[in-house]
Amino acid sequence: MIIERNTDIEIRLLIEAIYLKYSYDFRDYSGASIKRRVLHATRQFECATVSALQERVLHDPGMFLQLLQYLTIPVSEMFRDPEHFLALRREVVPHLRTWPSIKIWIAGCSTGEEVYSMAILLREEGLLERTIIYATDINPSSLEKAKQGIYSMQSIREYTENYQRAGGRQAFSDYYTAAYGNAILDSSLRENVTFADHSLATDSVFSETQLVSCRNVLIYFNKNLQDRAFGLFHESLCHRGFLVLGSKETLDFSAYSDRFEALVKPERIYRKL
Amino acid sequence: MNPVEAIVLGASAGGVSALLTVFAALPRDYPIPLLCVLHLPDDRHSQLAEVFSRRLHRPVREAQDKQHIEPGMIYVAGPGYHLSVERDRSVSLSQEERVHFSRPSIDFLFESAADAYGRGLVGVLLTGANEDGARGLARIQQCGGRTIVQDPAQAQVAVMPEAALALLRPDHILPLNGIGHLLATLESCEC
Ligand SMILES: C[S@@+](CC[C@H](N)C(=O)[O-])C[C@H]1O[C@@H](n2cnc3c(N)ncnc32)[C@H](O)[C@@H]1O
Repeated sequence: MIIERNTDIEIRLLIEAIYLKYSYDFRDYSGASIKRRVLHATRQFECATVSALQERVLHDPGMFLQLLQYLTIPVSEMFRDPEHFLALRREVVPHLRTWPSIKIWIAGCSTGEEVYSMAILLREEGLLERTIIYATDINPSSLEKAKQGIYSMQSIREYTENYQRAGGRQAFSDYYTAAYGNAILDSSLRENVTFADHSLATDSVFSETQLVSCRNVLIYFNKNLQDRAFGLFHESLCHRGFLVLGSKETLDFSAYSDRFEALVKPERIYRKL
Repeated sequence: MNPVEAIVLGASAGGVSALLTVFAALPRDYPIPLLCVLHLPDDRHSQLAEVFSRRLHRPVREAQDKQHIEPGMIYVAGPGYHLSVERDRSVSLSQEERVHFSRPSIDFLFESAADAYGRGLVGVLLTGANEDGARGLARIQQCGGRTIVQDPAQAQVAVMPEAALALLRPDHILPLNGIGHLLATLESCEC
Protein backbone atom coordinates (compact mmCIF):
# COMPACT_ATOMS: atom_id res chain seq x y z
CA MET A 1 0.00 0.00 0.00
CA ILE A 2 1.28 3.41 -0.96
CA ILE A 3 1.11 5.99 1.77
CA GLU A 4 0.43 9.31 0.11
CA ARG A 5 2.24 12.41 1.14
CA ASN A 6 0.25 15.44 2.23
CA THR A 7 0.79 17.35 -0.98
CA ASP A 8 -0.49 14.48 -3.09
CA ILE A 9 -3.58 14.18 -0.92
CA GLU A 10 -4.17 17.92 -1.14
CA ILE A 11 -3.81 17.94 -4.92
CA ARG A 12 -6.37 15.17 -5.26
CA LEU A 13 -8.76 17.07 -3.03
CA LEU A 14 -8.26 20.26 -5.01
CA ILE A 15 -8.94 18.50 -8.32
CA GLU A 16 -12.03 16.87 -6.79
CA ALA A 17 -13.24 20.23 -5.45
CA ILE A 18 -12.81 21.83 -8.89
CA TYR A 19 -14.81 19.01 -10.43
CA LEU A 20 -17.65 19.22 -7.90
CA LYS A 21 -17.87 22.99 -7.94
CA TYR A 22 -17.03 23.98 -11.51
CA SER A 23 -17.52 20.70 -13.48
CA TYR A 24 -14.01 20.93 -14.95
CA ASP A 25 -12.59 17.43 -14.83
CA PHE A 26 -8.81 17.22 -14.37
CA ARG A 27 -8.95 13.88 -12.57
CA ASP A 28 -7.53 11.93 -15.49
CA TYR A 29 -4.75 14.26 -16.53
CA SER A 30 -1.11 13.13 -16.37
CA GLY A 31 -0.25 13.23 -12.68
CA ALA A 32 3.31 14.54 -12.84
CA SER A 33 2.42 17.58 -14.90
CA ILE A 34 -0.72 18.45 -12.89
CA LYS A 35 1.32 18.28 -9.72
CA ARG A 36 3.95 20.66 -11.03
CA ARG A 37 1.35 23.11 -12.26
CA VAL A 38 -0.64 23.09 -9.04
CA LEU A 39 2.51 23.64 -6.99
CA HIS A 40 3.60 26.41 -9.32
CA ALA A 41 0.20 28.12 -8.97
CA THR A 42 0.30 27.66 -5.19
CA ARG A 43 3.57 29.61 -5.07
CA GLN A 44 2.37 32.27 -7.53
CA PHE A 45 -0.79 32.92 -5.51
CA GLU A 46 1.29 33.02 -2.33
CA CYS A 47 -0.70 30.26 -0.68
CA ALA A 48 1.09 28.40 2.10
CA THR A 49 -0.42 25.06 1.11
CA VAL A 50 -2.47 23.51 -1.67
CA SER A 51 -5.33 23.33 0.84
CA ALA A 52 -5.17 27.11 1.21
CA LEU A 53 -5.36 27.43 -2.55
CA GLN A 54 -8.33 25.08 -2.57
CA GLU A 55 -10.19 27.20 -0.08
CA ARG A 56 -9.76 30.31 -2.23
CA VAL A 57 -10.69 28.50 -5.44
CA LEU A 58 -13.81 27.03 -3.87
CA HIS A 59 -15.12 30.34 -2.62
CA ASP A 60 -14.07 32.61 -5.46
CA PRO A 61 -14.93 31.77 -9.10
CA GLY A 62 -12.56 34.52 -10.28
CA MET A 63 -9.75 32.70 -8.54
CA PHE A 64 -10.71 29.52 -10.35
CA LEU A 65 -10.44 31.27 -13.71
CA GLN A 66 -6.97 32.41 -12.76
CA LEU A 67 -5.97 28.91 -11.71
CA LEU A 68 -7.28 27.63 -15.04
CA GLN A 69 -4.52 29.60 -16.77
CA TYR A 70 -2.02 27.42 -14.95
CA LEU A 71 -3.84 24.12 -15.34
CA THR A 72 -4.33 24.46 -19.08
CA ILE A 73 -1.15 25.19 -20.96
CA PRO A 74 -2.10 28.02 -23.28
CA VAL A 75 0.93 27.94 -25.53
CA SER A 76 0.62 27.75 -29.28
CA GLU A 77 2.17 28.90 -32.53
CA MET A 78 1.00 29.45 -36.08
CA PHE A 79 2.14 26.65 -38.38
CA ARG A 80 3.71 24.89 -35.41
CA ASP A 81 5.81 22.05 -36.84
CA PRO A 82 5.80 23.33 -40.44
CA GLU A 83 6.43 19.84 -41.85
CA HIS A 84 3.11 18.80 -40.38
CA PHE A 85 1.23 21.49 -42.30
CA LEU A 86 3.19 20.69 -45.42
CA ALA A 87 2.09 17.07 -45.12
CA LEU A 88 -1.52 18.17 -44.60
CA ARG A 89 -1.33 20.20 -47.78
CA ARG A 90 0.24 17.44 -49.81
CA GLU A 91 -1.37 14.30 -48.46
CA VAL A 92 -4.70 15.30 -46.97
CA VAL A 93 -5.96 18.23 -49.06
CA PRO A 94 -6.34 16.09 -52.23
CA HIS A 95 -8.76 13.85 -50.29
CA LEU A 96 -10.62 16.77 -48.70
CA ARG A 97 -11.24 18.13 -52.19
CA THR A 98 -13.39 15.10 -53.01
CA TRP A 99 -15.99 16.06 -50.39
CA PRO A 100 -18.60 18.65 -51.45
CA SER A 101 -18.57 20.26 -48.03
CA ILE A 102 -16.02 19.86 -45.27
CA LYS A 103 -16.29 20.02 -41.51
CA ILE A 104 -13.15 20.29 -39.41
CA TRP A 105 -12.90 20.03 -35.63
CA ILE A 106 -9.89 21.63 -33.96
CA ALA A 107 -10.01 20.31 -30.40
CA GLY A 108 -7.94 22.23 -27.85
CA CYS A 109 -7.48 25.25 -30.12
CA SER A 110 -6.08 27.41 -27.30
CA THR A 111 -5.55 31.02 -28.41
CA GLY A 112 -6.37 30.28 -32.06
CA GLU A 113 -3.02 30.08 -33.83
CA GLU A 114 -3.74 26.61 -35.14
CA VAL A 115 -7.19 27.65 -36.38
CA TYR A 116 -5.88 30.55 -38.44
CA SER A 117 -3.08 28.38 -39.81
CA MET A 118 -5.63 25.83 -40.98
CA ALA A 119 -7.86 28.55 -42.45
CA ILE A 120 -4.95 30.06 -44.41
CA LEU A 121 -3.96 26.66 -45.75
CA LEU A 122 -7.54 25.94 -46.83
CA ARG A 123 -7.94 29.35 -48.46
CA GLU A 124 -4.77 28.82 -50.49
CA GLU A 125 -6.13 25.45 -51.59
CA GLY A 126 -9.48 27.01 -52.53
CA LEU A 127 -11.37 25.03 -49.89
CA LEU A 128 -12.11 27.57 -47.17
CA GLU A 129 -15.45 28.65 -48.68
CA ARG A 130 -16.93 25.20 -48.37
CA THR A 131 -15.46 24.41 -44.97
CA ILE A 132 -16.88 24.84 -41.49
CA ILE A 133 -14.34 24.81 -38.68
CA TYR A 134 -15.35 24.05 -35.10
CA ALA A 135 -12.65 25.33 -32.78
CA THR A 136 -13.08 24.17 -29.20
CA ASP A 137 -11.31 24.55 -25.87
CA ILE A 138 -12.06 24.55 -22.15
CA ASN A 139 -10.28 27.81 -21.36
CA PRO A 140 -12.66 30.79 -21.87
CA SER A 141 -9.88 33.41 -21.92
CA SER A 142 -8.03 31.47 -24.59
CA LEU A 143 -11.21 31.18 -26.68
CA GLU A 144 -11.74 34.93 -26.33
CA LYS A 145 -8.21 35.60 -27.64
CA ALA A 146 -8.78 33.10 -30.42
CA LYS A 147 -11.86 35.00 -31.57
CA GLN A 148 -9.91 38.23 -31.71
CA GLY A 149 -7.00 36.85 -33.68
CA ILE A 150 -4.48 39.44 -32.54
CA TYR A 151 -0.90 38.35 -32.03
CA SER A 152 2.28 40.28 -31.23
CA MET A 153 4.45 41.33 -34.16
CA GLN A 154 7.34 39.65 -32.44
CA SER A 155 5.71 36.23 -32.65
CA ILE A 156 4.51 36.96 -36.20
CA ARG A 157 8.14 37.06 -37.33
CA GLU A 158 8.59 33.49 -36.14
CA TYR A 159 5.27 32.43 -37.69
CA THR A 160 6.30 33.92 -41.03
CA GLU A 161 9.23 31.55 -41.18
CA ASN A 162 7.00 28.64 -40.18
CA TYR A 163 4.46 29.62 -42.84
CA GLN A 164 7.08 29.60 -45.56
CA ARG A 165 8.46 26.24 -44.46
CA ALA A 166 4.90 24.90 -44.40
CA GLY A 167 4.57 25.53 -48.13
CA GLY A 168 2.83 28.92 -47.93
CA ARG A 169 2.08 30.41 -51.34
CA GLN A 170 1.69 34.11 -50.57
CA ALA A 171 3.45 36.75 -48.55
CA PHE A 172 2.43 36.02 -44.96
CA SER A 173 1.80 39.74 -44.47
CA ASP A 174 -1.20 39.42 -46.84
CA TYR A 175 -3.06 37.86 -43.94
CA TYR A 176 -2.71 40.55 -41.29
CA THR A 177 -2.68 44.28 -40.62
CA ALA A 178 0.03 45.61 -38.36
CA ALA A 179 -0.97 48.06 -35.63
CA TYR A 180 0.77 49.14 -32.44
CA GLY A 181 3.22 46.24 -32.36
CA ASN A 182 0.43 43.75 -33.02
CA ALA A 183 -0.79 41.88 -36.06
CA ILE A 184 -4.55 41.72 -36.55
CA LEU A 185 -5.43 38.71 -38.63
CA ASP A 186 -7.76 39.10 -41.57
CA SER A 187 -11.24 38.59 -40.11
CA SER A 188 -12.51 36.87 -43.26
CA LEU A 189 -10.37 33.90 -42.22
CA ARG A 190 -12.77 33.18 -39.38
CA GLU A 191 -16.01 33.70 -41.27
CA ASN A 192 -16.72 29.97 -41.22
CA VAL A 193 -15.22 29.31 -37.79
CA THR A 194 -17.34 28.56 -34.73
CA PHE A 195 -15.49 28.91 -31.45
CA ALA A 196 -17.03 26.93 -28.62
CA ASP A 197 -16.48 25.73 -25.09
CA HIS A 198 -16.13 21.95 -25.21
CA SER A 199 -14.26 19.54 -22.98
CA LEU A 200 -12.80 16.28 -24.21
CA ALA A 201 -13.10 15.05 -20.63
CA THR A 202 -16.80 15.63 -20.05
CA ASP A 203 -18.65 16.55 -23.27
CA SER A 204 -19.84 14.44 -26.17
CA VAL A 205 -19.69 14.59 -29.95
CA PHE A 206 -21.59 17.48 -31.56
CA SER A 207 -21.15 16.98 -35.30
CA GLU A 208 -19.91 14.67 -38.01
CA THR A 209 -16.54 15.80 -39.33
CA GLN A 210 -14.09 14.96 -42.10
CA LEU A 211 -11.00 15.97 -40.18
CA VAL A 212 -10.17 16.27 -36.49
CA SER A 213 -7.02 18.07 -35.41
CA CYS A 214 -6.07 17.67 -31.76
CA ARG A 215 -2.50 18.73 -31.25
CA ASN A 216 -0.48 18.98 -28.06
CA VAL A 217 -3.50 18.35 -25.87
CA LEU A 218 -3.46 14.59 -25.41
CA ILE A 219 0.02 14.51 -23.85
CA TYR A 220 -1.57 16.13 -20.79
CA PHE A 221 -4.08 13.27 -20.43
CA ASN A 222 -3.54 9.83 -18.93
CA LYS A 223 -4.30 6.74 -21.01
CA ASN A 224 -7.95 6.53 -19.91
CA LEU A 225 -8.71 10.07 -20.87
CA GLN A 226 -6.74 9.75 -24.11
CA ASP A 227 -8.93 6.81 -25.00
CA ARG A 228 -12.06 8.80 -24.18
CA ALA A 229 -10.87 11.54 -26.55
CA PHE A 230 -9.97 9.04 -29.28
CA GLY A 231 -13.46 7.57 -28.84
CA LEU A 232 -15.02 10.98 -29.46
CA PHE A 233 -12.87 11.57 -32.53
CA HIS A 234 -13.71 8.14 -33.89
CA GLU A 235 -17.41 8.77 -33.41
CA SER A 236 -17.28 12.23 -34.95
CA LEU A 237 -15.24 11.28 -38.03
CA CYS A 238 -16.99 10.17 -41.18
CA HIS A 239 -15.92 7.02 -43.02
CA ARG A 240 -12.22 7.45 -43.99
CA GLY A 241 -12.02 10.75 -42.10
CA PHE A 242 -8.67 12.14 -40.93
CA LEU A 243 -7.25 12.45 -37.44
CA VAL A 244 -4.15 14.56 -36.91
CA LEU A 245 -2.18 14.75 -33.67
CA GLY A 246 0.79 16.67 -32.25
CA SER A 247 4.31 15.62 -33.13
CA LYS A 248 4.82 13.68 -29.87
CA GLU A 249 1.38 12.15 -29.70
CA THR A 250 0.51 8.71 -30.95
CA LEU A 251 -2.31 6.22 -31.23
CA ASP A 252 0.21 3.41 -30.70
CA PHE A 253 -0.46 2.82 -27.00
CA SER A 254 -4.19 3.35 -27.26
CA ALA A 255 -7.17 1.01 -27.41
CA TYR A 256 -8.08 2.73 -30.70
CA SER A 257 -4.84 1.96 -32.52
CA ASP A 258 -6.47 -0.68 -34.72
CA ARG A 259 -9.36 1.56 -35.73
CA PHE A 260 -7.10 3.95 -37.61
CA GLU A 261 -4.30 3.58 -40.12
CA ALA A 262 -1.29 5.87 -40.32
CA LEU A 263 -1.22 7.94 -43.50
CA VAL A 264 1.92 9.94 -42.69
CA LYS A 265 3.28 8.39 -39.53
CA PRO A 266 6.06 10.87 -38.68
CA GLU A 267 3.58 13.74 -38.98
CA ARG A 268 0.94 11.90 -36.96
CA ILE A 269 -1.67 11.91 -39.71
CA TYR A 270 -4.13 9.02 -39.37
CA ARG A 271 -7.20 7.84 -41.25
CA LYS A 272 -10.25 6.16 -39.85
CA LEU A 273 -10.59 2.57 -41.03
CA MET B 1 20.25 -1.67 0.53
CA ASN B 2 16.97 -1.34 -1.35
CA PRO B 3 16.60 -3.13 -4.64
CA VAL B 4 16.57 -0.60 -7.46
CA GLU B 5 13.61 -0.09 -9.78
CA ALA B 6 15.01 2.62 -12.02
CA ILE B 7 17.95 4.95 -12.54
CA VAL B 8 17.65 8.55 -13.73
CA LEU B 9 20.61 10.51 -15.08
CA GLY B 10 21.09 14.16 -15.93
CA ALA B 11 23.88 16.02 -17.70
CA SER B 12 24.52 19.09 -19.79
CA ALA B 13 27.81 20.35 -21.25
CA GLY B 14 30.14 17.37 -21.74
CA GLY B 15 27.23 15.03 -21.15
CA VAL B 16 27.35 12.88 -24.29
CA SER B 17 30.76 11.40 -23.58
CA ALA B 18 30.09 11.25 -19.83
CA LEU B 19 26.92 9.23 -20.33
CA LEU B 20 28.60 6.98 -22.86
CA THR B 21 31.36 6.23 -20.34
CA VAL B 22 28.84 5.34 -17.65
CA PHE B 23 26.65 3.22 -19.91
CA ALA B 24 29.64 1.39 -21.38
CA ALA B 25 30.41 0.00 -17.91
CA LEU B 26 27.05 -1.77 -17.75
CA PRO B 27 26.64 -5.37 -18.94
CA ARG B 28 24.56 -5.93 -22.07
CA ASP B 29 21.81 -7.68 -20.08
CA TYR B 30 21.63 -5.00 -17.39
CA PRO B 31 18.10 -5.32 -15.98
CA ILE B 32 17.41 -1.86 -14.54
CA PRO B 33 15.76 0.75 -16.78
CA LEU B 34 17.73 3.99 -17.26
CA LEU B 35 16.15 7.31 -18.13
CA CYS B 36 18.21 10.34 -19.00
CA VAL B 37 17.90 14.00 -19.78
CA LEU B 38 20.74 15.67 -21.60
CA HIS B 39 20.65 19.35 -22.53
CA LEU B 40 21.43 19.80 -26.19
CA PRO B 41 20.45 22.27 -28.88
CA ASP B 42 17.10 21.10 -30.27
CA ASP B 43 18.40 20.05 -33.68
CA ARG B 44 21.19 17.83 -32.34
CA HIS B 45 18.88 16.25 -29.85
CA SER B 46 16.86 14.31 -32.32
CA GLN B 47 19.63 11.87 -33.18
CA LEU B 48 20.69 11.22 -29.61
CA ALA B 49 19.00 7.84 -29.21
CA GLU B 50 20.48 6.69 -32.50
CA VAL B 51 23.99 7.86 -31.64
CA PHE B 52 23.86 6.17 -28.25
CA SER B 53 22.49 2.96 -29.57
CA ARG B 54 25.14 2.76 -32.30
CA ARG B 55 27.97 3.47 -29.88
CA LEU B 56 26.72 1.13 -27.17
CA HIS B 57 25.48 -1.70 -29.39
CA ARG B 58 22.24 -1.92 -27.48
CA PRO B 59 18.78 -0.46 -28.00
CA VAL B 60 18.30 3.12 -26.80
CA ARG B 61 14.92 4.78 -27.27
CA GLU B 62 13.68 8.30 -27.34
CA ALA B 63 10.94 8.23 -24.70
CA GLN B 64 7.44 8.37 -26.20
CA ASP B 65 4.41 9.78 -24.43
CA LYS B 66 2.50 7.12 -22.41
CA GLN B 67 5.13 4.49 -23.13
CA HIS B 68 5.53 1.84 -20.46
CA ILE B 69 9.02 1.72 -18.94
CA GLU B 70 10.62 -1.63 -19.70
CA PRO B 71 13.38 -3.34 -17.74
CA GLY B 72 16.89 -2.96 -19.08
CA MET B 73 15.98 -0.26 -21.58
CA ILE B 74 17.76 3.08 -21.93
CA TYR B 75 15.44 6.02 -22.59
CA VAL B 76 16.54 9.51 -23.58
CA ALA B 77 14.38 12.62 -23.54
CA GLY B 78 13.64 14.03 -26.99
CA PRO B 79 13.97 17.71 -27.93
CA GLY B 80 11.54 20.40 -26.84
CA TYR B 81 9.49 18.44 -24.29
CA HIS B 82 9.84 17.77 -20.59
CA LEU B 83 9.98 14.10 -19.67
CA SER B 84 8.24 12.82 -16.53
CA VAL B 85 7.65 9.45 -14.94
CA GLU B 86 4.11 8.64 -13.87
CA ARG B 87 3.18 6.46 -10.92
CA ASP B 88 2.04 3.66 -13.20
CA ARG B 89 5.62 3.47 -14.56
CA SER B 90 4.85 5.04 -17.87
CA VAL B 91 6.46 8.23 -19.15
CA SER B 92 4.69 11.40 -20.18
CA LEU B 93 5.80 14.45 -22.11
CA SER B 94 4.79 18.07 -21.58
CA GLN B 95 5.58 21.53 -22.84
CA GLU B 96 5.47 23.66 -19.75
CA GLU B 97 7.88 26.56 -19.24
CA ARG B 98 11.57 25.91 -19.55
CA VAL B 99 13.44 25.26 -16.30
CA HIS B 100 16.91 26.84 -16.12
CA PHE B 101 16.42 27.65 -19.83
CA SER B 102 16.04 23.98 -20.54
CA ARG B 103 13.34 21.79 -21.96
CA PRO B 104 13.70 18.88 -21.32
CA SER B 105 14.68 19.69 -17.76
CA ILE B 106 16.53 17.36 -15.41
CA ASP B 107 14.56 18.63 -12.39
CA PHE B 108 11.32 17.61 -14.10
CA LEU B 109 12.48 14.05 -14.68
CA PHE B 110 14.10 13.67 -11.25
CA GLU B 111 11.20 15.10 -9.24
CA SER B 112 8.56 13.04 -10.99
CA ALA B 113 10.66 9.87 -10.78
CA ALA B 114 11.24 10.49 -7.06
CA ASP B 115 7.45 10.57 -6.59
CA ALA B 116 6.93 7.45 -8.66
CA TYR B 117 9.75 5.23 -7.35
CA GLY B 118 10.57 6.62 -3.90
CA ARG B 119 13.22 4.40 -2.28
CA GLY B 120 13.57 2.33 -5.42
CA LEU B 121 15.24 5.14 -7.37
CA VAL B 122 18.87 6.07 -8.01
CA GLY B 123 19.65 9.58 -9.29
CA VAL B 124 22.90 10.47 -11.04
CA LEU B 125 23.97 14.03 -11.83
CA LEU B 126 26.94 14.54 -14.13
CA THR B 127 28.92 17.29 -15.82
CA GLY B 128 27.15 20.47 -16.87
CA ALA B 129 27.20 24.24 -17.06
CA ASN B 130 23.94 25.10 -15.30
CA GLU B 131 22.07 24.31 -12.12
CA ASP B 132 19.28 22.15 -13.48
CA GLY B 133 19.08 18.83 -11.64
CA ALA B 134 20.23 19.93 -8.19
CA ARG B 135 16.71 20.40 -6.83
CA GLY B 136 15.55 17.19 -8.42
CA LEU B 137 18.40 15.27 -6.85
CA ALA B 138 17.55 16.72 -3.45
CA ARG B 139 13.99 15.53 -3.94
CA ILE B 140 15.18 12.02 -4.78
CA GLN B 141 17.06 12.01 -1.52
CA GLN B 142 14.03 13.26 0.44
CA CYS B 143 11.92 10.48 -1.01
CA GLY B 144 14.45 7.88 0.14
CA GLY B 145 16.25 7.26 -3.14
CA ARG B 146 19.99 7.04 -3.59
CA THR B 147 21.99 9.95 -5.01
CA ILE B 148 25.23 10.06 -6.94
CA VAL B 149 27.12 13.17 -8.07
CA GLN B 150 30.06 13.19 -10.43
CA ASP B 151 33.18 14.44 -8.68
CA PRO B 152 33.31 18.10 -9.79
CA ALA B 153 37.12 18.05 -9.78
CA GLN B 154 36.94 15.51 -12.60
CA ALA B 155 33.86 16.74 -14.42
CA GLN B 156 34.33 18.43 -17.78
CA VAL B 157 32.20 21.32 -16.47
CA ALA B 158 31.80 21.51 -12.70
CA VAL B 159 28.83 23.88 -12.33
CA MET B 160 26.11 21.24 -12.32
CA PRO B 161 27.69 18.81 -9.83
CA GLU B 162 28.75 21.74 -7.64
CA ALA B 163 25.20 23.11 -7.56
CA ALA B 164 24.03 19.73 -6.31
CA LEU B 165 26.73 19.57 -3.64
CA ALA B 166 25.67 23.01 -2.42
CA LEU B 167 22.15 21.67 -1.88
CA LEU B 168 22.61 18.16 -0.53
CA ARG B 169 25.08 15.58 0.69
CA PRO B 170 24.79 12.80 -1.85
CA ASP B 171 25.43 9.17 -1.01
CA HIS B 172 28.35 9.04 -3.43
CA ILE B 173 30.71 11.50 -5.10
CA LEU B 174 32.58 9.60 -7.77
CA PRO B 175 34.47 9.89 -11.06
CA LEU B 176 32.73 8.52 -14.15
CA ASN B 177 34.21 5.02 -14.08
CA GLY B 178 33.38 4.75 -10.39
CA ILE B 179 29.77 5.62 -11.20
CA GLY B 180 29.68 3.00 -13.93
CA HIS B 181 31.03 0.33 -11.57
CA LEU B 182 28.61 1.23 -8.83
CA LEU B 183 25.60 1.11 -11.15
CA ALA B 184 26.79 -2.23 -12.52
CA THR B 185 26.67 -3.77 -9.05
CA LEU B 186 23.20 -2.50 -8.08
CA GLU B 187 20.65 -5.11 -7.29
CA SER B 188 17.55 -4.85 -9.39
CA CYS B 189 14.07 -5.21 -8.08
CA GLU B 190 11.79 -7.85 -9.56
CA CYS B 191 8.78 -5.59 -9.39
C1 LIG C 1 -0.72 23.41 -25.53
S1 LIG C 1 -2.33 23.94 -26.04
C2 LIG C 1 -2.37 23.38 -27.71
C3 LIG C 1 -2.77 24.44 -28.68
C4 LIG C 1 -2.79 24.05 -30.15
N1 LIG C 1 -3.61 22.89 -30.40
C5 LIG C 1 -1.39 23.81 -30.66
O1 LIG C 1 -1.02 22.66 -30.90
O2 LIG C 1 -0.63 24.77 -30.83
C6 LIG C 1 -3.37 22.83 -25.15
C7 LIG C 1 -4.82 23.29 -25.09
O3 LIG C 1 -5.65 22.19 -24.69
C8 LIG C 1 -6.72 22.69 -23.94
N2 LIG C 1 -7.34 21.62 -23.16
C9 LIG C 1 -6.92 21.08 -22.00
N3 LIG C 1 -7.79 20.17 -21.55
C10 LIG C 1 -8.80 20.11 -22.46
C11 LIG C 1 -10.01 19.36 -22.54
N4 LIG C 1 -10.36 18.50 -21.58
N5 LIG C 1 -10.81 19.55 -23.61
C12 LIG C 1 -10.47 20.44 -24.58
N6 LIG C 1 -9.35 21.19 -24.56
C13 LIG C 1 -8.52 21.04 -23.50
C14 LIG C 1 -6.07 23.76 -23.10
O4 LIG C 1 -7.00 24.68 -22.60
C15 LIG C 1 -5.07 24.39 -24.07
O5 LIG C 1 -5.63 25.49 -24.72
